[in-house]
Amino acid sequence: MSTYLLVDFGSTYTKVTAVDLEKEIILGRAQTPTTVGTDITIGLNDALTDLAASSGVDPEKVDGKYASSSAAGGLKMAAIGLVPELTLEAARRACLGAGAKVVCAYGFEIDEEIVREIESAACDIVLLCGGTDGGDKKVIIHNAGMLAASNIRCPILVAGNRVTTGRVRETLEQGGKQVYTTKNVLPNLETVEVEPAQALIRDIFIAHITKAKGLDKAAAFIGSPIVPTPKATLQAAALLANGAGDDPGIGSLVIVEVGGATTNIHSVADSSPATPQTVVRGLPELRIKRTVEGDLGIRYNAPTIYDLIGPDAFLSRLRAIVPEADGRECDARRHIDYLSRNVGHVPSTDVGLNVDIVLAEAAVSTAVRRHAGTLRQEFSVVGEIMVQHGKNLLSVENMIGTGGIFRYGLQPERILRSALFNPETPWSLKPQAPKAYIDRDYMLYGIGLLAEAFPAAALRIARKYLKAASL
Amino acid sequence: MEKREVNKSIVIGTIGSDCHMIGAWVLQKAFKDAGFTVAFLGAVVPQQEFINAAIEIDADAILVSSMFGMGLLDCEGLRDKCIEAGIKDIILYVGGTVAAPLELEKNWPEVERRFTAMGFNRAFPNTCTADEAVQALKADLGID
Repeated sequence: MSTYLLVDFGSTYTKVTAVDLEKEIILGRAQTPTTVGTDITIGLNDALTDLAASSGVDPEKVDGKYASSSAAGGLKMAAIGLVPELTLEAARRACLGAGAKVVCAYGFEIDEEIVREIESAACDIVLLCGGTDGGDKKVIIHNAGMLAASNIRCPILVAGNRVTTGRVRETLEQGGKQVYTTKNVLPNLETVEVEPAQALIRDIFIAHITKAKGLDKAAAFIGSPIVPTPKATLQAAALLANGAGDDPGIGSLVIVEVGGATTNIHSVADSSPATPQTVVRGLPELRIKRTVEGDLGIRYNAPTIYDLIGPDAFLSRLRAIVPEADGRECDARRHIDYLSRNVGHVPSTDVGLNVDIVLAEAAVSTAVRRHAGTLRQEFSVVGEIMVQHGKNLLSVENMIGTGGIFRYGLQPERILRSALFNPETPWSLKPQAPKAYIDRDYMLYGIGLLAEAFPAAALRIARKYLKAASL
Repeated sequence: MEKREVNKSIVIGTIGSDCHMIGAWVLQKAFKDAGFTVAFLGAVVPQQEFINAAIEIDADAILVSSMFGMGLLDCEGLRDKCIEAGIKDIILYVGGTVAAPLELEKNWPEVERRFTAMGFNRAFPNTCTADEAVQALKADLGID
């Protein structure tokens, strides 16, 4: 036996999964409500007790433990850059790829009003960028001055024009700020270099944020640094796509992760022009990309999705799945509001389960559309040409669904299908014919947690437990 | 902010995947004759090279030539990159067959408006002479 415990402190539930790395099997799993408001280890201990009862795994006698967390709001960051499409975009990508939620993002010179916004957003880290190396100096120095004079207490990570780093650090330190500096996220106009900033975000998360979020007791129990949950999923995505050792992995993929508050899309794929005649615009796309939609979650944000769909369309979609939902129109809004107040709700009725499907379909369709690139037509002397912005996912080989709804929900294939390319919106470069998998055991985060120390075994477990689906 | 001193130096080239060089060549000769320092980059020049050259020679202006009708596409984002590269106030001109020929005659005001919206100071149709371009830049720089 070589038993490992994999814990995720979610915003709603604390999940534990026990795996046997020798036999490469999942021994059991349990989940209980997250108790970050009081003492996070209460919920954890409940989950461990449940796990012991159902699978016989003694938490005291395991060979190792790993954990991720998105509790207490997850990792919240503010991104500051110069031009929105350039350094600010690179800064946003650095945050997202590190598993953070970008709660505010600003380009050009920031003013008093923006400083107030950042102060009240209660970020965990501010990422300050601007200017290519040797490029603009004025704006990042101005912005550093504004931050120095602010009441912002969180660490500030500087990853801008190399030439200004010393001066920016000095300015911020004079303002009593905690400053970290690293390489520019956009060293020149054709290179996005987010890895150094992401490594430092991880270090800051471990050094400061674990404690600030009341996770330190949990970290002491786990005995290894806690990583942001989206980072764990992103690590699983990279492992599955790139392989480990002799195993080449499953190839390019998109992971669709539907949560209660957000919908995350992770892709690992090289972006190419949609057709040989296509002209690609914008910053070069990263092979490993994550986007998160803060307005699309099927519990906290159920009302947002409902409004996005519109009451009429919502009901007709629901009736298309459950004809007997007739006559319950007036209840729809009430049910949606109930979901947003009872975020731990797991439906058991036919209508309840299908409301979740309608919500998840809309969340997935919108989130993948925002993640994927677009094509538009332009006319020239040589006839029409296509211009592509963003990442082309048309030929992505695999798609995986993960999150609570893919575990308990009906028709998970149906939800995944809404991520596919749609001939009615051919300008949206969504996956055309990927192989589909469902994370029925809700274990992808755990695969990501194991990816660093045991890549080969983790990959084989993932292959074994991901359930193939036909779309 | 201190006012930048006029350096009488410019960058000229044909942008994107366009290999038509004669127009840009005529232009660079006219500017040299008028006493400008010119970095002439030739044809098939990416946006980044215009900016790199402008930083190196401390240029007052970047003059972009585009002859094959895709100028709007090739010039998109050039001003943004200048801002990031620390030359946000540089003068940007574009000239040539900058949009599909039929549209160029029919819709010049619209084509010009789109270039201005992208941050270009001036756009010139393919009927403009080299001397007109020299006079325009001199006027914008406030020199004789």
